[in-house]
Amino acid sequence: MAYIVVFAPLLAAAIAGLLQKQIGDRLAQIITTGATIAAALCSVAIFFDVTVGGNARTIELAQWMAVGNFEINWAIRLDTLSAVMLVVITSVSSLVHVYSWGYMSHDPHRARFFAYLSLFTFAMLSLVTADNFIQMFFGWEGVGLASYLLIGFWYQKDSATSAAIKAFVTNRVGDFGLALGIMAIYLVFGSLQFDEVFAQVPAMAEETIGFFGVNFQALELIAFLLFIGAMGKSAQFFLHVWLPDAMEGPTPVSALIHAATMVTAGVFLVCRAHGIFELAPNTSAFITFIGATTALFAATVGLAQNDIKRVIAYSTCSQLGYMFFAAGLGLYSAAMFHLFTHAFFKALLFLGAGSVIHGLHEEQDMRNMGGIYKLLPITWIMMIIGTLALTGVGIPLLGIGFAGFYSKDMIIEEAFMMGQDGVAFGMFAFWIGVIAAGLTSFYSWRLIFMTFHGKHRGEPEVLKHAHESGPVMIIPLVFLAVGALFAGAAFKSDFVGKGALTFWEESLPPGPYAVGNYGHLVEDYGQSHADEHGVELSEAESASLEAAMSEDEAAAAQDHAVEAAHGDDHGEGADGEHHGHHPPTWVLFSPFAVTLFGFVLAWYFYMANPELPRRIAANNGPLHRFLSNKWYVDEIYNATFVRATRVLGDVFWKFGDQKVIDGLGPNGIAATALSSARRIAKLQSGYLYHYAFVMLIGVLGLALWLIAGAGA
Amino acid sequence: MLGQLPILSAITFLPALGAVAILLLRALMRSEEGAVLDRNAKGIALFVTLFVFALSLVMLVEFDAGQAGFQFVESLPWLPALGISYKMGVDGISVLFVVLTAFLLPICILSSWKLEKRVADYMAAFLLLETLVIGVFCALDMFLFYIFFEGSLIPMFLIIGVWGGQNRIYAAFKFFLYTFLGSVLMLAAMIVMFTQVGTTDIEVLLAHPFARDLQTWLWLAFFASFAVKMPMWPVHTWLPDAHVQAPTAGSVILAGILLKLGGYGFLRFSIPMFPNASEFFAPMVFVLSIIAIVVTSLIAFRQTDIKKLIAYSSVAHMGFVTLGIFTMTELGVQGAIFQMLSHGVISAALFLCIGVIYDRFHTREISFYGGLVHKMPVYAAVFGLFAMANVGLPGTSGFIGEIMTMTGAFQVDPRVAAGAALGVIFSAVYMLVAYKKVVFGVITNPKLETATDLNAREWINLGVLAVLAVYFGFFSTPITDTTRASVDQLIQQYQSAQPVEAPVAATAAPAETAAH
Repeated sequence: MAYIVVFAPLLAAAIAGLLQKQIGDRLAQIITTGATIAAALCSVAIFFDVTVGGNARTIELAQWMAVGNFEINWAIRLDTLSAVMLVVITSVSSLVHVYSWGYMSHDPHRARFFAYLSLFTFAMLSLVTADNFIQMFFGWEGVGLASYLLIGFWYQKDSATSAAIKAFVTNRVGDFGLALGIMAIYLVFGSLQFDEVFAQVPAMAEETIGFFGVNFQALELIAFLLFIGAMGKSAQFFLHVWLPDAMEGPTPVSALIHAATMVTAGVFLVCRAHGIFELAPNTSAFITFIGATTALFAATVGLAQNDIKRVIAYSTCSQLGYMFFAAGLGLYSAAMFHLFTHAFFKALLFLGAGSVIHGLHEEQDMRNMGGIYKLLPITWIMMIIGTLALTGVGIPLLGIGFAGFYSKDMIIEEAFMMGQDGVAFGMFAFWIGVIAAGLTSFYSWRLIFMTFHGKHRGEPEVLKHAHESGPVMIIPLVFLAVGALFAGAAFKSDFVGKGALTFWEESLPPGPYAVGNYGHLVEDYGQSHADEHGVELSEAESASLEAAMSEDEAAAAQDHAVEAAHGDDHGEGADGEHHGHHPPTWVLFSPFAVTLFGFVLAWYFYMANPELPRRIAANNGPLHRFLSNKWYVDEIYNATFVRATRVLGDVFWKFGDQKVIDGLGPNGIAATALSSARRIAKLQSGYLYHYAFVMLIGVLGLALWLIAGAGA
Repeated sequence: MLGQLPILSAITFLPALGAVAILLLRALMRSEEGAVLDRNAKGIALFVTLFVFALSLVMLVEFDAGQAGFQFVESLPWLPALGISYKMGVDGISVLFVVLTAFLLPICILSSWKLEKRVADYMAAFLLLETLVIGVFCALDMFLFYIFFEGSLIPMFLIIGVWGGQNRIYAAFKFFLYTFLGSVLMLAAMIVMFTQVGTTDIEVLLAHPFARDLQTWLWLAFFASFAVKMPMWPVHTWLPDAHVQAPTAGSVILAGILLKLGGYGFLRFSIPMFPNASEFFAPMVFVLSIIAIVVTSLIAFRQTDIKKLIAYSSVAHMGFVTLGIFTMTELGVQGAIFQMLSHGVISAALFLCIGVIYDRFHTREISFYGGLVHKMPVYAAVFGLFAMANVGLPGTSGFIGEIMTMTGAFQVDPRVAAGAALGVIFSAVYMLVAYKKVVFGVITNPKLETATDLNAREWINLGVLAVLAVYFGFFSTPITDTTRASVDQLIQQYQSAQPVEAPVAATAAPAETAAH
């Protein structure tokens, strides 16, 4: 079954890609879509097999590299973490495949498009099922390739191919860090196998690596380098520049790759290697800082964009920031939970936007939209559901709400609690999380109002032909809307609640909410691991609660079946401590309040006084300019890195190679040789043979010398 | 084993026999039968190269990868008084290069099928070149090695000088001057070695411990020759010119095989024979390698001539080879060998890709092209695959060599790996930008409207290379298992030479070079 999940998309991609002429568009679509749906069904089965059945396992397929200890296998690793990703990837991918039947129906290169989609799916699956860092790197670059191909799918457009290159190169900058991180892991651990590496992590806490004359804590350095890779792939601040441009690709691609799956690979990486990050507090603080900064930065930029897809792209960037600051604070399960819910509602928003674009004949500028909710009623409802889920609407205290309510509010609350406990940047992350939630609400409702409500501002001709999308595009939206509605409520317990104690098994720490203890999560989890590995730790060093917990665990393991006992004992312990460690009510209400505020503000600006934003845009004040120009990051990069590359290239070439090396070397000698050759031979091209002749003399000389030497 | 059959001699000299046959044919035939002659010459060349390739595969099958030493050894006294013999043999390090050479030659012949200028001479030159290059990899006598090594210059020199582009004389001259000057120093060093040991038998020389300060000089002399061949920065400037002027098949051989002679030389001579000097100079090699990787990648980015761009890219990729070799770790050396073999496939394919459009439009200017994908979709896909392989995408053979050499380097000095990894970013920049300019976009140049996609011959050539580039990208062990025993032995030998013999000598070596 695992083989079907991973290889069916690859096979389909190969058939659709290589034989597109022979089989035609229609068959290519059927094969790729069928394969992906088959993979999705198998993924669901695997998900239950792993989480409920407890059948976490690794299937080794073949040897990839083997030089000394450097042994790398092709493998399929199935544990809860990868099973969650399998479900997200294959389900969203199937829906996107189906949706593309409608969206791409007029494109002459459909077979190629579907081949790329399936290729991407394969690469992403091989990333999450890797059991070693190199295979993960393979998937990592593989999704980068697929992303490059799909962003540049309309290759006749210069903007599309440029965006594709930008995405690939920016990701390579991240991969530079990731690759070095992997090398550092090999240096420290002597292996790249996940199990072997993670088992040794506690023992390596004191190791150092000398790098550019500085001795770094090995785990800090490794974690930092890995995170550089994650920043690139997940479009975090500094390396986010490619993501908005990636919207040049067809919209289904944006939904699949640039919202639901590929961009979350960075979060997945941090969660997969959480054992390393837990023992790298400085890097974790850095992650929190970058994540929070991104969450805020992207949300502010999202306020001033007019391209419907770019708004959602910045929103993605911002939400990824949430996931990262959660991961940086050690809230890995919460990060994964948000990754999970985000995949549904963000894919929904993108596909909804695609439906709008399709219905309005490729119009993407929201300034030319408006007043179309009656014409695209289902799309409108779906977009509203997506927006409610994204903004995290729900009722605090009662705990009922859309998907984002569970995951995003969970992150914000836990950030507050971590901040209270003095975890670095915890309060910073909390406040940014709250502010960004308000901004999210504002730009999301702005999008809805500008797109669907008010008066139509575009060409009247477009409005006449505006139409709702066909069922093939609507049905995937409905599926995703179901996810956006219920994914949070249905899986809260498993991902971050009490169920998390058994749900994640070894693959992730269950998180503070699950164990009812917000503080010292890291040490606590580390200790329970340490117990398993038989490393002795001084009990006195631990807080009494933690000590009690690990004793609970030890006792439970002896008496009961492990899984059942885990849940019960911890459940009681959690209840007992819950009140003392619960965030105050105002914290619970703050995201709700700012979300409401954002909505009201958006309504005021874009429904009540639609002239106001236009005037602001017309005035083009410094703040507006700053935001609509995306903080000028692209401009700064162009002026520095891009320019420097060009200038350095020219200098090394025209000055270094041509002037210095050739000038002093061959050309200089050539000039001398030429003139002497002229003098000797008076033949213009004689110098060529002159040298051949010299060589011959050399060989003869050697022979003669040897013979003479032998004779003597 | 193959009994008494001298398979290495057969593989080495059959092409030369083919060349003689072609030249005899030319001498015998009347000039008005030129077309017949050309056809026969091509036929003979293709048949001979394919037969040699088949023989090389037989040799590979018979090769015992578990054995570290030389196999299929043939030895005949030649100049017994001087200790010079005709001695051939291969070990894990050289055997795959023989196969690579034998594999690329038929592709070269096929890719030159449409040539019209002096076909018989051209085919003879290529066959002669094959003999000489395979001879380099098989020679177990230093004198024999030198003859092959230097001799390979002559046909290559002729190929560039006679069948090259407009500026071919300059390029051929530069090529010759550079490589020849390096070789003169190597020759001098060989003479010194002979006087020391009294034989030119490589197996004996490998076992001979050279004095430490002598090693320094010998190492430098060999380095002069091999560094030019690689080519390493800053003695690389002959390569772009040679490539630009060489005909397509010439570029394929140059990038695919001739550049590997330098790396092979390091592994055969510098490291095992002068281990102390190698250790001493390793930091210098690292620095030069990183400069090669970073600087030439940047230069490649600014090229307007697609062939020059790939040539500079070759220099950068060879930087990984020197880097890996001088880490003296199993991972680094294995990675370096893998990188050489992989580059032999990928660069050959890239030059063939350029040849495809050069044959159609007779220009290498990037700005001339644009939008080829609309007329040549298959070409665009194949070229794209090799562009990605050149960028070192995992799943292609280009990745394996890079990750192994860099990981090996990281074990020695993380800074070195970091420097090399920068090149990985830049390679994506220059390769993708060039690919975009040639292949993507809309056709603005009306001359491109007549473009036709790959023909069957081109498709076979590139298809075979594509299969290899991808296959070894997913399964690298067939190669590393073949080379393992010999590499392990090389590294053991190197390490056993490292214990501090005499502190005096250790300090003397740097002092001497400093004085120089």
